[in-house]
Amino acid sequence: MELMLLGCLLQILGGLIALAVRDNNKASLTANLSVWLGCALAAIPVISVLSGNSINPVRLEWSLTGSQLVFGLDTLSAFFCLPFLVISPLAAMYGRSYLGNPERRLGSHWLFFNLLVASMLLLLTAQNVIMFIIVWEVMAVSSFFLVMHDHEQEKVRKAGWTYLIATHIGTIALLVFFAILGSETHSLDFGGIIANRKMIVHTGALFVLAIFGFGVKAGFFPLHVWLPEAHPAAPSHVSALMSGVMIKTGIYGILRTITLIGYTDAYLGWALVIIGIISGVTGVVFALAQHDLKRLLAYHSVENIGIITIGIGVGVLGIAWKLPALVFLGFGGGLLHVLNHALFKSLLFLGAGAVSHGTGTLDIELLGGLLKKMRWTAWTFLIGAAAIAGLPPFNGFISEFYIYFAGISGVRAFTPGPIILAAFVMVSLALIGGLAVACFSKAFGIVFLGEARTTKAANVHEADLQMLTPMVILAGLCVLIGLAAPLTVYLVKAPLGTLAGSDGFDFTGIMHHTRTVFGYVALIFGILYIISLVFYLIKKLLPRANQVSTTGTWDCGYAAPTARMQYTASSFAQPLTELFRSLLRTRKTSSRIKGYFPANTEFHTETPDVAKEGIFAPIFRLINNRISPLRQMQHGNLSGYLLYIAITLIVLLIWKAGF
Amino acid sequence: MHLISWLFPLSALLLAPLLSGIINRVKAYFAGRKGPSILQLYYDLFKLMHKSSVYSRSTSLVIRLAPAVILTCLVLACLILPWGGFPAPVSFAGDFILLIYLLGLARFATVLAALDTGSAFEGMGASREVQFSAVAEPSLLLGFLVLIMHTGSLGLAGIASGITIVDWQIAAPLLVLVAFAWFFIMLAENSRMPVDDPNTHLELTMIHEVMVLDYSSADFALIQYGAALKLWIFGGLLVNLIIPVKFDVVWLQAVTFLGGMFLISLLIGITESITARLKLLNVPKVLVSAGAFSLIALIIKLVESYQ
Repeated sequence: MELMLLGCLLQILGGLIALAVRDNNKASLTANLSVWLGCALAAIPVISVLSGNSINPVRLEWSLTGSQLVFGLDTLSAFFCLPFLVISPLAAMYGRSYLGNPERRLGSHWLFFNLLVASMLLLLTAQNVIMFIIVWEVMAVSSFFLVMHDHEQEKVRKAGWTYLIATHIGTIALLVFFAILGSETHSLDFGGIIANRKMIVHTGALFVLAIFGFGVKAGFFPLHVWLPEAHPAAPSHVSALMSGVMIKTGIYGILRTITLIGYTDAYLGWALVIIGIISGVTGVVFALAQHDLKRLLAYHSVENIGIITIGIGVGVLGIAWKLPALVFLGFGGGLLHVLNHALFKSLLFLGAGAVSHGTGTLDIELLGGLLKKMRWTAWTFLIGAAAIAGLPPFNGFISEFYIYFAGISGVRAFTPGPIILAAFVMVSLALIGGLAVACFSKAFGIVFLGEARTTKAANVHEADLQMLTPMVILAGLCVLIGLAAPLTVYLVKAPLGTLAGSDGFDFTGIMHHTRTVFGYVALIFGILYIISLVFYLIKKLLPRANQVSTTGTWDCGYAAPTARMQYTASSFAQPLTELFRSLLRTRKTSSRIKGYFPANTEFHTETPDVAKEGIFAPIFRLINNRISPLRQMQHGNLSGYLLYIAITLIVLLIWKAGF
Repeated sequence: MHLISWLFPLSALLLAPLLSGIINRVKAYFAGRKGPSILQLYYDLFKLMHKSSVYSRSTSLVIRLAPAVILTCLVLACLILPWGGFPAPVSFAGDFILLIYLLGLARFATVLAALDTGSAFEGMGASREVQFSAVAEPSLLLGFLVLIMHTGSLGLAGIASGITIVDWQIAAPLLVLVAFAWFFIMLAENSRMPVDDPNTHLELTMIHEVMVLDYSSADFALIQYGAALKLWIFGGLLVNLIIPVKFDVVWLQAVTFLGGMFLISLLIGITESITARLKLLNVPKVLVSAGAFSLIALIIKLVESYQ
């Protein structure tokens, strides 16, 4: 455990040194080395905990409220540490080359980057409410500064503010949550809260606050408004870190709440399943309507958080209904998807970063044909795309299969609840999966395939080795987890001890069963790679295999095709966006065609976020209108301010003297 | 795992191209023509294998790799498909999910290869394909859920052997609803009338055929063969559902299953001959209706079980 804290300390120290160093290259290198070393040190206790050992927590005395400052690592924390420890060093490595050596000094960027990494690790180990909130805030603020990296652009500043306000609305809910929890259990230590959990009265209210507060960070619909703003604005390695791992702290928070309160009623399970389905479907539908590659990926985070939440909801229902198969497969699928999503979403954000680095734009409609010049970026992006769409033979399929399997396992319980759950889960997962395939066909197909639509896309260059290495590693892990599917049952079993350990479930049967099933799945995956290769090579043996000619694409006899005639991303997604038009409310603007032989016309669509426009904008406008009269108090007149101070002092004096 | 169970996927690989021969003969009969030979697709495949290849300048490795990936997915799906009372070589709980997702991977590869050519027509077809399948998949899974509930089995093998004559006597409405839903999904997924016209000659109106415009030689043979296998897989799922006679004698079961496949081809041929094509905008509505059929079946089952 001391190693973990030492690692975090090292990262903070590395960030401070980077701030002090004048040379950008040295600053980047220091920050990188400290992140790598810190994560390597932290990995030792994490692996030890996951392999079944228990570690003594570090207890420090501090002056606050008589409680102890405890840092500990249980299996749940250790599992969540895994993606953090993998993604952070890779993102740092990528960022070093992505940022390059601009005129501006990068020290402050690296300080906040290292602070973010360290605060996320500390958050997972903090076992004291006060410390939890402190590192939660450090995490929020440092990521705010990272989003604001390109603050000279107005849209980045706007995105930063949206994020800062959203995350603090969440924090307010968490402060109330922890205040109620602390006052009802008379303890601010997690251990103390668990010991006194019988004294909790307002369980329902606590869960509403927790789901709201942690949901803002995780990105539940409609609390997700900051994601599609902040992720595109941030530098790509920061988006990868935020979308891949930081939003998972919200999921961690909800799971931690469940272990703290120990409340696993069916209502909570249903609530989580419904929230998950809504987030999942709306996330992918909004992703379909986007033109900006990183904005599209941000909406997919909402979708995947939805899938994770469905899994967790199924697990909670499993506890409520006393069905070990649902507990194991639901929680297992949700947790594994946390890890998988971290891998492929970071991969996709890094790929998007390479595209924007190479072309200077992220507008899907302006790209095309990048595969020919960015081979490595394109093929790794393709693996990420197939994985996130839940397609075999990659890791996304494995975690979604867990949740599907949980759904159908419940059918055998022969009570109506699990069957209705199965119908909900299977239909929504199939719909989300189908739409995700559509969305990533669009994202990959329009950006990387066909012909370059603009000169920007034609003059692209491949990313350098330092940017490609993290992408190749992540793609490799996506493939590997697919092939090692049977072993994942051991990986997800560890955190289950913390989540459902006290309920006395026996998972041996279902674990064995799942491992057998995944044995077959992995076997099929292995054969898939081999036979595909055989079919591909067998074509070379045919009689006329070496007679290959090239020509233009078939264009129905048209004489002069141009790259602009290709299908666009908007047209590709149009049938589906039309299907969901009542949800999307896409704004279309077009000019009327004039005359018999019109030379010019234009058409423009924009899909603003329905939650932002429909829910939050009116609320904030209302608040603004109500409190704007108070502005008169801030008139800039110095004597007026002196009067305020005098009045305040007199009021305080009367108050103190009167009682 | 019996050695004999490998015989079934093997014969599926051999016999699949026959289905389109039968369908075309039925259509020819209705149109008063003589029609092509029942073995026409075999001749076509053989001929294509001996042609030299042409690739578009716009394409990359994606279109060269796609036919192999697509065909692999479909061959693997054949390994999972049971024949009536006989389990498939690979069968496990939840195998139908893998089967559906293998078809999904095949579709992803088809769509990407279409976009690889940069053709507006192929983009159009790809766009329609992803739209229809996104709506069809939930309907297909709902049907499976009904059958899982009915048979109490989580794998295809149990589902296929679990639907017997007795079930058709006591739960006919349920099974008919699912069978109707699946029949329509089969037509949609295999680009048959009334969703897509395999004989159309206008690129603008096609779905599947337009996505494969730029293939030639061996690649096109793999694609055509893959399409035949896909029809076989969907037909097989339906045969397991609607032919309630299950045997544990190999040759009896094989004959019954093949008879069922023949029946399905006849049905498709007749449907294609007597229906007109739907407006493209109406296809999702019909697919959602297919889902509604399965949902009604699910509700009937729930009400019946827990009154």
